[in-house]
Amino acid sequence: MTGTVETGAAASAAAATAAPAALLDIRDLQVKVGGQQVLRGISLTIGAGQVHAIMGPNGSGKSTLAHVLAGRPGYEIVSGSASFEGRDLFALAPEQRARGGLFLGFQYPVEIPGVNNAYLLKAALNAARRERSLAELDAFEFLELVRAKIKLMQIDESFLSRGVNEGFSGGEKKRNEILQMLVLEPKLALLDETDSGLDIDALKVVANGINTLRGPQHAIVLVTHYQRMLDFVVPDFVHVLARGRIVRSGDRTLALELEKRGYDWVSGQAAA
Amino acid sequence: MSTPDIDALVNRSYRHGFVTDIESDTVAPGLDESVVRMISHKKGEPQFLLDWRLRALAHWQRMREPHWAQLRYQPIDYEAISYYSAPKQAKDGPKSLADVDPKLLATYEKLGVPLHERARLAGVAVDAVFDSVSVATTFKERLSAAGVIFCPFSEAVQKHPALLERYLGTVVPYTDNFYATLNSAVFTDGSFVYVPPGVRCPMELSTYFRINALNTGQFERTLIIADVGAYVSYLEGCSAPMRDENQLHAAVVELVALEDAQIKYSTVQNWYPGDEHGRGGIYNFVTKRGECRGRNSRISWTQVETGSAITWKYPSCILRGENSVGEFYSVATVNNYQQADTGTKMIHIGANTRSTIVSKGISAGHGQNAYRGLVKMLPSAHGARNFTQCDSLLMGKHSGAHTFPYIEVRNPSAIVEHEASTSRISEEQLFYCLQRGIGTEDAVNMIVSGFCRTVFKELPMEFAVEAQNLLAVSLEGAVG
Repeated sequence: MTGTVETGAAASAAAATAAPAALLDIRDLQVKVGGQQVLRGISLTIGAGQVHAIMGPNGSGKSTLAHVLAGRPGYEIVSGSASFEGRDLFALAPEQRARGGLFLGFQYPVEIPGVNNAYLLKAALNAARRERSLAELDAFEFLELVRAKIKLMQIDESFLSRGVNEGFSGGEKKRNEILQMLVLEPKLALLDETDSGLDIDALKVVANGINTLRGPQHAIVLVTHYQRMLDFVVPDFVHVLARGRIVRSGDRTLALELEKRGYDWVSGQAAA
Repeated sequence: MSTPDIDALVNRSYRHGFVTDIESDTVAPGLDESVVRMISHKKGEPQFLLDWRLRALAHWQRMREPHWAQLRYQPIDYEAISYYSAPKQAKDGPKSLADVDPKLLATYEKLGVPLHERARLAGVAVDAVFDSVSVATTFKERLSAAGVIFCPFSEAVQKHPALLERYLGTVVPYTDNFYATLNSAVFTDGSFVYVPPGVRCPMELSTYFRINALNTGQFERTLIIADVGAYVSYLEGCSAPMRDENQLHAAVVELVALEDAQIKYSTVQNWYPGDEHGRGGIYNFVTKRGECRGRNSRISWTQVETGSAITWKYPSCILRGENSVGEFYSVATVNNYQQADTGTKMIHIGANTRSTIVSKGISAGHGQNAYRGLVKMLPSAHGARNFTQCDSLLMGKHSGAHTFPYIEVRNPSAIVEHEASTSRISEEQLFYCLQRGIGTEDAVNMIVSGFCRTVFKELPMEFAVEAQNLLAVSLEGAVG
C-alpha cells in the first residue's frame, strides 16, 4: 500500500518539474446533448496567459465546449476529463468554477428584470473575493473599481443602475459581458461568440477590453465563427472544430487560411 | 434584523411548530347577544357602539360564509371559537422578563427572537421595557405636539367617541361581508389614527410603537382618518412572527381621506403559514378599504404577504372625490400548501379619478396564488383611468397561479388598461447568476426581488429591506 502512494507522489512531482502545470487540461472529452453526441473526444491544454481561438462552423460543438466547461445543466459527459488548476472541473458546481476564476462570456446574455446591474456584479465580485479570502468591497470601493472599467468599455455610468441586460441592445449586452470580465479578472475567460452581432466600432471596443485583460495571469479562449475578431485580439493558438473534434490546430495563420478556404475544407477532413 | 435571525425565526421553528400553554382570561366558545354585550361592557363602550355591534350580530346571523374564492380549507366552526380573550392590562402584566411565563420565553428562545423583542412580544409592562420605551415616549410627544391622535382603538372609544361615531363603519359598513360583519360584532381592539387638517404626520406610524395594544386578538379593527390636506404613512405588521394561537383572523381596516389628504398604508404580513404538509396555519380573512372622500385625495396600499395558510384579502379604494388617486402594490408569496386569494377593488365614482394596480404573485411548493381584482367605472367617472399590471412567478412543478380580473366600465370616457404575465424563474437566468459565482439561493432571491422591485420601492426604506429578507426566507428551499 505504502509503495503505491509513493509511486503516485513521485510521478506527479516529476510531471510538475517537466512542464508548468496547465491551467486547463481537457482529455478526450465526449459530451451528449439530448442523447445526441456533440463532442467526440476533445483534448486541449491551455496554459496561463495564453490566448486560444476555437473556430468552427455552426453545430461543430464549439459553444457546447464552452458551456460544458462552465457547468451548464443539460449536458451529459459521456467520458473524458477536464482539470482546472489541477482540480477536477466536473466535480465542481458552476458557481464554484466561477469563484475559482472561470468566466463564461455569453453569446446571448439573459435579461434579469429589476435586478440592478451593479448589484449583480458586486455580488459576483465579492463571491470571488470571499473564495480567495479577500475582504469584500463595500459600495464605494466597488464603484471606484468599476468606474475606470466602464470608461474603458465606453459605457455610460447610468448603465450600472439599470436592470441586468434589461432592454440593452445587442452591442450593450456584449460590452456588459466584457465589463463583468474586467471586474472579475478571471484566470480563464471563455468568450462565446462575443464578436457576433457587433458593428466594427463596437468590435474594437470589445477587443480592446479583452486585450486589457490579456496577461500572464489570464488565459482567454475566443469561441468564434469568423476570423474578423482575431485581427484585433491576436491569438497564440487556433483550433478548428468540426463535428465534435478538433481537426486542426495551428497559429494565427490557420485562421487566415480558414477564411480563405472556408469550413468545407476542414469539414471534409473531419469526414475522412 | 439580519437575515440569519429571520431565518431562525421563520423557517426552522415554524417548520416544527410550537405549542405553548398559557393561562388566559377567556370566555366560553360560541357567539350570541350576551357575548357581544359582555365585550362591549368589558370595554366600557358608549351605547351607540353597543347598538352598532348588536345590529351587526343580528345581520351576521342571517349571513352565510362565502365560498367564491379560489381557496380550499376545512370548514370553520364559529361556535367553537371563543370571542373574548382578555388582553391583559399593562398594569396587570408581567413587570419584567423574570415574571413572564417561562414556556413563552422558551418559545421565543426556540424562535430566536432577539432579547429586546421578547419583552415586548411577551407583553411586559411598558415601563419595564427599556429599549422601545424611551423611543416610543419620544414619538408620542412628537405626535401629540403635531395634534396627531394615534392610540389603541379601545382608548379612542373612551377619549374620542365623537370622531368614532362619525367615521366608524362609513367605509366598511357592518353589513359589508360575512367576515367584516362578524368583526363589527365582536372586535376587541386595534388602532385609531386621526390626523388634523393640514398636518403632515411627522413620522411613519408603526404598530410597533403602539404600546399596550399588542394583544389585539383575532378580530382587530383599525380606523385611520386623514382630515383636509393631511398626510400619514402607516406601517402594519412586522417581519418577526407574532405568537398567536387563534386560527381565524378577521380584521377590518377603514381609511378615510378627505380633500387633498393622503394616506399610505403598508403591510408586511408574516403569520404562521402552517407546516410543510399544510397542517395548521392562520386563516386570514381581512377587509381593508379606503375611501378617497375629498377632491385630490390619495390612498396607497402596499402589501407584502408571506404568511398565513389562507389569505383572503382585497385592500380597496373608493374613489369618490374628483381627481382622487388609488394605488395598490402587492407581493403575495405562497410556499408549501399556502393559499392566497388576494387583490383589490378600485371603484371609480368621481371624475378624473385614477388608479394603479401592480400585483406580483409568487407561487412555490404546492402553493396556490390567485389575483382577484375589480376595476369599476361608474357613470359619473368621466375621464377616469386605471392601469393594472398583474405578474405571476411560478417555482417548481406543483404550484399554481390564477388571475381573475373583473372590469366594469359604465362611462365611455373612462380608460382601463390591463397587463398580465406568468413566468418561471428561467434556467437561463439561474445559470447566468451561477456562472457569475452567485449561489443558487442567493440567485433565486435576487431574481425574485427583481421581479418584486416595483412593489418594494413603494415601501418605506426600512420596511423594504425587511420585506426583501423575509421573502428570501419564505422561499428558502423552493428551488433545487
